[in-house]
Amino acid sequence: MVAIGSTRVAGEARTSSLPRRRRFGVAWLGLTPFAAYVILFLAVPAVIAVASGFFSATGSITFANLAALGDPTIVKAFQGSFLVSIVSALGGAVVGALICFAMLGTRPDGFLRTTIDSASSVLAQFGGVMLAFAFIALIGSQGILSKWILSITGVNINEIGTNGPLLYQVPGLIMPYLYFSIPLMVLTFMPAMEGLKAQWGEAAATLGATRLQFWTKIGMPVLAPAFWGSVLLLFANAFSSYATAAALIDQGGITPLSIKQQLTSETVVGVANVAGVLALGMLVVMVIVMVAYSFLQRRAARWTR
Amino acid sequence: MAPFDLRLPASGTTDFRRTIMEEHVKRTRTVAGLALATAAIAVLSGCSTSSKAASDSSSSSVDAATATSADAFGGMAGLVKAANAEGKLNVITLPPSWANYGKIIAGFEKKYPKIKINSANPDGSSADEVAAAKSQQGQSTAPDVFDIGTAVLDQNLDLMAKYKVSNWADIPADYKDASGTWYYDYTGLMSVGYDSSVIKTAPTSIKDLLGSAYKGKVAIKGDPTQANEAASAVYLAALGNGGSASNIQPGIDFFSSLKQKGNFLSVLPTQATVNSGETPVVLQWSYNNLAWGPAGGSAGNPNWKTVVLKGSALGSYYNQAINKDAPDPAAARLWEEYIYSPAVQNLYLASGAYPATLAAMEKNKTVDAATLAKVGKAPSNFVQLTSDQATAAATKLTAGWSAAVN
Repeated sequence: MVAIGSTRVAGEARTSSLPRRRRFGVAWLGLTPFAAYVILFLAVPAVIAVASGFFSATGSITFANLAALGDPTIVKAFQGSFLVSIVSALGGAVVGALICFAMLGTRPDGFLRTTIDSASSVLAQFGGVMLAFAFIALIGSQGILSKWILSITGVNINEIGTNGPLLYQVPGLIMPYLYFSIPLMVLTFMPAMEGLKAQWGEAAATLGATRLQFWTKIGMPVLAPAFWGSVLLLFANAFSSYATAAALIDQGGITPLSIKQQLTSETVVGVANVAGVLALGMLVVMVIVMVAYSFLQRRAARWTR
Repeated sequence: MAPFDLRLPASGTTDFRRTIMEEHVKRTRTVAGLALATAAIAVLSGCSTSSKAASDSSSSSVDAATATSADAFGGMAGLVKAANAEGKLNVITLPPSWANYGKIIAGFEKKYPKIKINSANPDGSSADEVAAAKSQQGQSTAPDVFDIGTAVLDQNLDLMAKYKVSNWADIPADYKDASGTWYYDYTGLMSVGYDSSVIKTAPTSIKDLLGSAYKGKVAIKGDPTQANEAASAVYLAALGNGGSASNIQPGIDFFSSLKQKGNFLSVLPTQATVNSGETPVVLQWSYNNLAWGPAGGSAGNPNWKTVVLKGSALGSYYNQAINKDAPDPAAARLWEEYIYSPAVQNLYLASGAYPATLAAMEKNKTVDAATLAKVGKAPSNFVQLTSDQATAAATKLTAGWSAAVN
């Protein structure tokens, strides 16, 4: 994973003595390709998308589109997005942290650790329609697992309840979302886990602390900012996911699907600009999450100095 | 999934960068930002102007972009010559398994080998067509022709060029705009497709779908507040439950009870889900249900059957129109001539769709009689929502659909 690699490099760089010379010209030149990329493919589209929300279909400036944020359907979609994102983020974080904890007991350069590390890098990026079909093949009404359970227990897991198959409902999205949330947690949380210094454990043991006391008094408090930071990251990742949901629940229910509906509708026409308002709503959530994330990261970094 | 990639590296690096760069950043940031923005604008506008110039030089004497009939080119031979000079045609949102478009596109390329068809975004919606025309305006990749739903068309008439195909008279008067801005091409009938290995007795009424045999099995082609085909399934349900073209609420109520009984599936049906048996019942246009069945050959589901329910037949004509800013204006006009030729109208018919010139073809004996016998004569009790009815229906759907099925 690139992100992890660079974390480590950055960590090494900051321990070496840095030249305190001012070579801004060259430094800025080095940043230019990345800055241009971010501006062209992130900043400009984001500004255009949000700005579109403040124009009417005929092109005049309006604030009328903001009324959409009070529409019951839209409100419900935001609620659905929050539900799926929060549950999958917390679930992914807890399971992922347990995996990281278990991996602490393995050799850092051992086969198991490197395998889980690289598998996580791949699985965290496995999403979209492929993931949706993988789940349809597993637990859809013709899925292998569904059929297997049916043949053994006689229970059709897709006929439990009266709402049709769970996979095709908003709460059902939690399953595929956990699929990429857990490995993402392993990727982001493992460096923090590895940052726990052996000396702290030794010091605690010397002073007579039990293992449980070490974890409750030292380990968890030190890891807490990194943990909650990762939870926010998982939340943001799930909140912005689109393609998996689009393939599984085509009748809306989360915000990205509402945006699709507004942008591409051929029955309810002239509402494309409302999508900009929804994008603004999502952006506000994202900005809050990112600010909280960077705050927690600063807290987390305190102990790795 | 769109990974939201704000991973860890920021924490370590920004801190030390901040200490070194803090005061310098403030001064340089705005300048750098401005420079980048200017460069970006220059690059973007540059590429659009250059391609515009290239497309303008394609036709020599005739201004193809304003030609309203083949006569402007001195007849079909002139039109073909001008189109050949352009060498390509951009079509959009034409899935190969939809109304025989695979064969129709292949036939065009065979008939006019010098023109290559670029087929963009086959699974897109009518709104996507308009969005592409606007965002790529002036570029060589912009769509030349549209196959577009009426609601979106009505909002975007200013994007269309006027053109009348040589057999213009064959299109019934209420199937076309008198000045040639748009013209109906074909309609399907809303139908129930079902997997006969799962559903043993064919449904005879829409109310049959509420039965326990259909538990977790009924899907429609998308979100009715977004896709016309899905909305038409709701309109069909309205017709079968005491509603009408101007009162679609019974249709929404029908799907609400379908959902409550656990019969409704929210997943988007595709040829793959139909083949695997994941979506054993799909309400969609007859030509799509037929294409996913035995007629689809090895890609189709051999057990897939199509039923047009008794009672009012619900359809919705799609329209042909030419992009006013078509990068290949002559090829676009040649495409329309080709579409309305009896050979291609028969191809629509063979897919189970009813082409716009069907009545004239029956009169002129150019219709493929065997195909017509197989598909069945155009229904006499055909219902299509008028523009005003569609707008009213859309309002109802916006208000009630999401609550009905979620």
